[in-house]
This record gives sequence, C-alpha cells and structure tokens, in this order.
Amino acid sequence: MKTGVIIFPGSNCDQDCLDVSERVMGWEAIPCWHRDALPPGLDLVILPGGFSHGDYLRAGAIAARAPVMADVARFAQAGGPVLGICNGFQILCEAGLLPGALRINRDLIFHCEDVWLRVERRDTRFTSACPERIQMPIAHREGNYYADRETLARLEGQGLVLFRYEENPNGSVNDIAGIMSEAGNVCGMMPHPERASEDVLGCTDGRSVFESLALATGVGN
Amino acid sequence: MDDRSSSPWRWPREWGIDVTLNASITPDLVTQHGLRPEEYEGIVERLGREPSIVELGIYSVMWSEHCAYKHSRPVLRGLPTTGERVLVGPGENAGVIDIGGGLAIAFKMESHNHPSAVEPYQGAATGVGGILRDIFTMGARPVAMLDNLRFGEPSDPAMQHLVEGVVEGIAGYGNCVGVPTVAGDVMFDPGHAGNILVNVMCVGVMRSEDLALGQAQGPGNAVLCFGSATGCDGIHGATFASEELSEQALERRGAVQVGDPFMGKRILEATLELIRRGLVAGIQDMGAAGLTCSTCEMAGRAGTGIEIDLDRVPQRAEGMSAYEIMLSESQERMLAVVEPPKIEAALEVCERWECGGVVIGEVTDTGQMVVRHHGATVADIPAEHLTGAAPVYHPEDAPPAAPRPLGETPRIRRSEVNATLLRLLASPTIASKRWAWRRYDHMVQTGAAVRPGEGDAAVIRLRGRDGGPDRFIAVTSDGNHRAVARDARIGGQLAVCEAARNLVCVGAEPLGVTNCLNFGSPERPEVFGAFRRCVGGMAEACRALGVPVTGGNVSFYNEADGIAIPPTPMIGMLGLIEDAAHITRMAWREVGDVICMLGPLPEGLGGSELLKMTAGPDLPGTAPLGTIAPFDLEGEVRLQSLTLRAIREGLIRSAHDVSEGGLAVTLAECCLGGLGARIDAAPGDDLAVALFGELPPRVVVSVRAEDAPRLCAMAEAEGVDCAEIGEVTGGGLSLAGCEEIAIDALRAAHETRPWEGLA
Repeated sequence: MKTGVIIFPGSNCDQDCLDVSERVMGWEAIPCWHRDALPPGLDLVILPGGFSHGDYLRAGAIAARAPVMADVARFAQAGGPVLGICNGFQILCEAGLLPGALRINRDLIFHCEDVWLRVERRDTRFTSACPERIQMPIAHREGNYYADRETLARLEGQGLVLFRYEENPNGSVNDIAGIMSEAGNVCGMMPHPERASEDVLGCTDGRSVFESLALATGVGN
Repeated sequence: MDDRSSSPWRWPREWGIDVTLNASITPDLVTQHGLRPEEYEGIVERLGREPSIVELGIYSVMWSEHCAYKHSRPVLRGLPTTGERVLVGPGENAGVIDIGGGLAIAFKMESHNHPSAVEPYQGAATGVGGILRDIFTMGARPVAMLDNLRFGEPSDPAMQHLVEGVVEGIAGYGNCVGVPTVAGDVMFDPGHAGNILVNVMCVGVMRSEDLALGQAQGPGNAVLCFGSATGCDGIHGATFASEELSEQALERRGAVQVGDPFMGKRILEATLELIRRGLVAGIQDMGAAGLTCSTCEMAGRAGTGIEIDLDRVPQRAEGMSAYEIMLSESQERMLAVVEPPKIEAALEVCERWECGGVVIGEVTDTGQMVVRHHGATVADIPAEHLTGAAPVYHPEDAPPAAPRPLGETPRIRRSEVNATLLRLLASPTIASKRWAWRRYDHMVQTGAAVRPGEGDAAVIRLRGRDGGPDRFIAVTSDGNHRAVARDARIGGQLAVCEAARNLVCVGAEPLGVTNCLNFGSPERPEVFGAFRRCVGGMAEACRALGVPVTGGNVSFYNEADGIAIPPTPMIGMLGLIEDAAHITRMAWREVGDVICMLGPLPEGLGGSELLKMTAGPDLPGTAPLGTIAPFDLEGEVRLQSLTLRAIREGLIRSAHDVSEGGLAVTLAECCLGGLGARIDAAPGDDLAVALFGELPPRVVVSVRAEDAPRLCAMAEAEGVDCAEIGEVTGGGLSLAGCEEIAIDALRAAHETRPWEGLA
C-alpha cells in the first residue's frame, strides 16, 4: 500500500500521518509537496492536520487552491481514496470535494481533548474495521461543521455521515464529526485517528480507520 | 495586527529621542538609553570618540540587563554547569544534553513578563515564538513547550483579562506552529498582580551531528537574513524588559512585538533544513535587540568581525533610520552565515519555505561590527566590546525580610477535614488547569505518552529510528515562590528538588536544568540578597542531585508601584526514561494496593495553601507569615534515589509528590483516575499539619500488597522514612477516620475554574 501525505506550508500533522502509515501500518508513505504534482501509483491520499498557510483568511481556503489540489481532485474523480483529517477536512470542504464548511467552535476556543464517536456506517472503506464506538482526540478551533438544510438532508438521507460525536464539543450540526462524499471515496473528519493508533499514546481506536483503508484497497502491506 | 507601516512614526522620538544621525549625544540622551555616566565614559574611551546615535542605541541594548546580565553574572557563576552529558552549556542560544544513541536534547527557558503585562496575547505569543527559535536555531526540532504563569488573584477583573490573553496567546502561537504544550503551572498570588510572570520553556530533539552554533565563522562568508521583514515594532524591547513597570513604561506599547506563527513555522522548517543539509556555518535568531544582538553575538563568539549593509535588509516600514533597523525586535527573523558556494542552495531553501532570504553582509577578520546605511558607516564598534566588556556590578546585598512567626497554628478538627480538602482542591492554584491546557494542542507530534494532569511531569515519546524502540524524555517546570519568600536559600534548594522529584515520580532520571529567575530590581539590597541566596541554594541542590545547569534567563526589575514581586525562580528540568515500562503516573492502579508515604513527617504550615486560605495570602511588600522548616537536602537526595530505584525495579505502581495543599490534596489527586483510598491514620498528631502541611517534601506511592515489605526494607536501607498509610479501594477517599468523599465530589471540586464564565 502506497500512501501520499500532502504537505502545505503550515501543515503540522504531516509527520504524524507519515509515521503512522509507515511505522504502525507498514505502508510505503510519500511526502507530497503542495507545489508539486501528485506522484503516480498512490493507493491513498491523506490531507493532514495543521494550520496550512497559518489558517489565515479562512482555515483551508488558501491550501485548497494549491497546485497539488488539482491532482488530488483528479485522483478523487478517478475513485482514489482521500482522507482529510482536521485541517485536511477543512481543505476538502474549501476545495469543494466535500460539502459544507467548518466554522469556529461555538465557545470560540480551541479544544484539545479526547472525544467518543459513534461510527454511523461500518460498511465503508473508511470504517469497515471500526467498532461501533471509538475514542480519539480532537484538536481544533474551527471544527463546528455546518451545512445548509438541503445538504444536510442529503448527507443524512444518503448515509454519508460516518462519525458523530457522542457529546458535541464544538456545535457541529447534527453532532457531525466526519462525512464522506457521495461516491464514498473522499472522507473528512475533525478527530485525529493518527493520534490514537499506538498503545504508548493510550488509545488505539484510531488505527481502525487506517485498517479499514488497508482492507478496502486490498493491496495489503 | 498592529501595522504602522503607513506612517513614518517614530517611537523613540515619542520618548524625546532624536534618532537621526546628526543627533548630538547629551547626558540626558545617555540616561534615556539606560546607560550610566561611567558606562558612557567607558564607551567613549574604547571608541576613542563620541559614539553615533546608532552606536549609542546598540550599546544601550547590548549592555542592558536583559542582554548583559550586569547584575547577575558573578552570582550565576556559582551554578554547576559541567557534566559528561553536557554538549552545550550556558552562553549559547540553548543548552544541549546528550541522551545517547546519537540523539541530543536542546532546552531553554525564558521570560516574557513585561510584554505580557502590556499586551497579554502578543506578549505571550511572541514569548513562545522566541523560545522556539532559541531551540531550532541549535538544530533541534521542538517537541515540547512548557509555561509557568504567575498572576494576581483571579477575582480581579484585570487579572481575568490578562489570564485570558496569555493563555490564548500561548495557544495561538504554539498550536499553529505544531509544537505541543505539555506542562507547566499557574499560580495566583497578590504579589504578582502588578507584574505578572510569563515564563516559557521549549525542548527540542536533534541528531548530535546536527548541532549548530550561533557563531560567525569564516571571514569572507556571507551573512544571510531570512524570515519576516524588519519593521518598527519592538524597538528597545530589551531595554523595556530591564526597567520597572510604570505608567510611563506601559505607554511604550511600541516596545511590544507582534507574532506571526505561520512565519515562525516556516522559518523553523527552513532553519532545520538548512542545518540538516549542512548549508550554514553558523546561525542565530534575532530575538532581544534584533539585528544588533544577533550580529555582534555571532561575531563575538567566533572572534571575527561582521559588516552589514542596512539598505539590503528587507523593511516593512518606509524611511526607517539605521537606529530603528538595528534596534527593531520584529519577530520571526533569522541570521545565518553561509559559505559563498552554498549561498544559492541556501536561498533555494528559503524560497521553498516562503521566508525571503537576502545576503546583507559578510564576515570579516577585523573584529569590528560595521554597519552601513545609505552609503555611510553608521556604526563601527569592536564586537567583543559589546558582548564581553559590559560592566559587571556587585550590588549591595541585604538579607531579605524574615517571615513573621505564626502565633497560633490553625487547628483543624476531624469534622472539618473534608470541607477543608474540597475547598483547597477548588482553590485556583491547586484546581485543575484543564481550562488552560485543553486550549493547547498537547498531542500534536504524537509524542504525549504522559499527558497534562496524568503525572508529575510530561513524558514525551521520541520515535524509534531505524526500527529501534521508542525512547522517552520527561520534562517539567515549576517553582514555588512562597517558600523562596520565606527562606531564599532553602526556597532555591526546594525549587530544584521539586523539579527533580517530579521527573523521578514519572520514572525519569534528571539530566539537566534550565531556569528563569524572576526578581525585582537588583539595585534593592534585599532583592539582590534574596537573589544571591536563592541561586546559592539552587547551586547546592544541583550539586547534591548531580544535575548541571545548561542555561537560563534572569528577569530583574519585576516590580509595580515600587514593590518587587516575591522572588520567583522557575526551574525547568529534563529527564530520561530508557524503558517504557518505567513510565509512572499518579493515578492508583488497582484495588488492594498499599499506599505508602516516603519521606519525613511534615512540619509547620508556613507558605502552605492552607495558611493562605485561613490567614490570607502573602501581601506585596510585607514580610510573609509563617516560617518554613529546615530542609534536609541529603535526605531529599536519598528519597529521590530510592523512588527512582523502586520504580525501575518494578515495585511502584503510581507515584505523586506532595506539594501545594499537602498530603490530603496529593491523595485526592491520585483518586481522580477513578479508584479511591482509605487512609488509616495520618502520620503525625496535628491534623492540619499532617494532612495539609506541604514541607518537607514527600512522595506518595502505591505498591502491590506483597511488595510493601520490600519497599519498606529498601527505604530503611537507604535511610528514607517509609510509612504504610492506607490502601487503594473501589470507593471514594476516606481520610483518617473521616467520612468518605465520593470521587465525583473530588473531581467536581478539582475542576473548579478560577472564575465563573471562563470558557
């Protein structure tokens, strides 16, 4: 399995995602610079967390227009799996690869804490190995998911909500923590599975997301 | 953001300083620059002429207390600074300790007190930015930040504004840069109300071969500046930090800098890449005193000269004078020395990370620091005179005010114990600081093996390289000023010992010390007296524990309304854990485990949270109430060595030291993980002292019932008191025959925020 992790200036979970891919999952992991073309032959693209371009203007807004994003869109169009975590989710929304937007948390402060998530679908390529409930950390100030009524109805109606907070930390509409695209190959989530994938960090629930992806691609290690 | 680039304003002019080259140097101008007449005479004598206004400005910052340690140097020489693991000791941007396996750790602590008092968000944010640069400029990737904050009582609305601003500033910068903020402490006392303290520590990891030094090596090499453009912010910040806070000083908002964490992140990555690829011969950040300090320090350390042309320095304000460019403390700027064949590659790295990159001068062999502007030479000073010849003062020394004896010790009846404990748990200094650290990203970099609130120190995982196992470092920083106010020497010893004890309690061996010493004006004999005694006590403790000091920072002139803050040394310490199995937390592990207290019986209540609650806090400018007991430093060394040995032998299942709030609070904190405790008897016969006395230090551990005799035997052999005081239960906490308190009640009290309405 060959995964590309996109690095924007200001990304700061890029090394964590590379490390989990490589050391925990045993995948080949390739750092991909935002100005360069996406390397060929990838089985998965991860947009990592952080503050791409300082979150200046709007979280993810500048990164969504980086040269590499045209390739990411083509990769997604062709059915390739794309996982956006935290800032990566914000970028996917800004790029129009996922619907909705992430607004500032309702209490206006940054939250770094563990949350419990309900896994709403366990038959997708992002969740097939997940148990019904998983715990992982969030770390964001702009994680308050919003979509208009129509979009929300479509997300719920088509079963595109993958993760829901058991206790809503940020004001997200319908307690949404993560969603996927209609085609089922692009997923954005605010919680950080890469921070909950090793025993030494106290929780390994996040690994089930990466294990699901490994199962789905069927490429093995 | 504070953008003054549109108008050619002049802060120094607003203080009545003409910064144009034709300014004549008057005695008033010299005084305004914080230089004494005899210092000025020394400058004239060395230069053989009157300095230009630019040179006067340069001397004023380089010879400020902040940069030159004029009052503290002779005292600091008493600290032990050598050891076989010390790769870099004091004098560089940060200390560096070798942890073996090809890895080294750079760490350093600094204050940003005065800027934070004026503009809390930017003051704290740029404090974080500055200490980060000190670490990555050594070639180390920052892996942890710690903050020690001191405020006045939280009931004061002015404090609420400062607390909010400081915490948001730390979060705003640290979260964006992606360095986890993992530990620290917050204390509230009236003595800090007029002059809050914001001390920040950063820890970085590097391959030993990547060690970079701030030296301008090799005449003919290019001097490259990259990062933000130079603006008018922060001019004379170093001088600002070296005077007392007054209404007038608070007006000098221009002396406060504005941070850009995104640029901070880019120069971090660019710097590490430049160093890793061997593209720089020396590198230093521009912190206090900006371009001035970085150029002459780099030349001074290497024994070379440096020549720069200010016309080439990127500027974000129009028409800046040479004086302003040299003294600007605009943030996120770096200065590197590059061999000519490597310039192109170095500039490419800067371009890739979008952080500028301009050659502004070169290294020379003249020993002179030469500055040109608009074709004229505006400064020409021997670099070594700026860095090595600053005057040293031996201020008058008087013993600090002795504490007032406590007439009657507060008594606590058994029926009052639980209510007292719950009140203490809810008091701002003791209560959980979750309200602060949940705003800090403490998990980025996937290294947080022991998170905030889980142990006495943070434990950071260093990813195993090349298939090797993970390694772990532990970091802590704190300092209890109430003890120092009562006995500066013992307080200094206690501060060092507490930091070491915190490391030991998580299973780490202490390896090195950094510090930030916050005091009032050294020109007050009793302040200097406290400083000298405190550093003396620190030195004794460092020697006794065998941990060298690799650097630090002195922050004098922490005063308000002519009253000094309580002497407040903060100690930052680094430890190493070789085996993941040795990582120890504070929460009880299993019902039936035996709880032991290691260390001597408590004595007295001076400086305790209980006394603060019953008799009121220490008030600024008055002698504190209640003495502290003599401290057996050798006994403390034995206590720590026993604790670490027992952890390494697998005996100890949880460990937590007794500090603010005494034994009862310690036990309550061990219960927050979900298991309770039944304490059969409180050691000692006075309930108040036994349960709430804080000194001398002790450690509470839990062991399997069958291991208790072995621990006691080990303790006896080491000469450490060990008392079995109770056992871990599945219920709540019951103290010495008192009614049981439910864990939820303990948690609720502990989660009390310093004021209502704090998010």
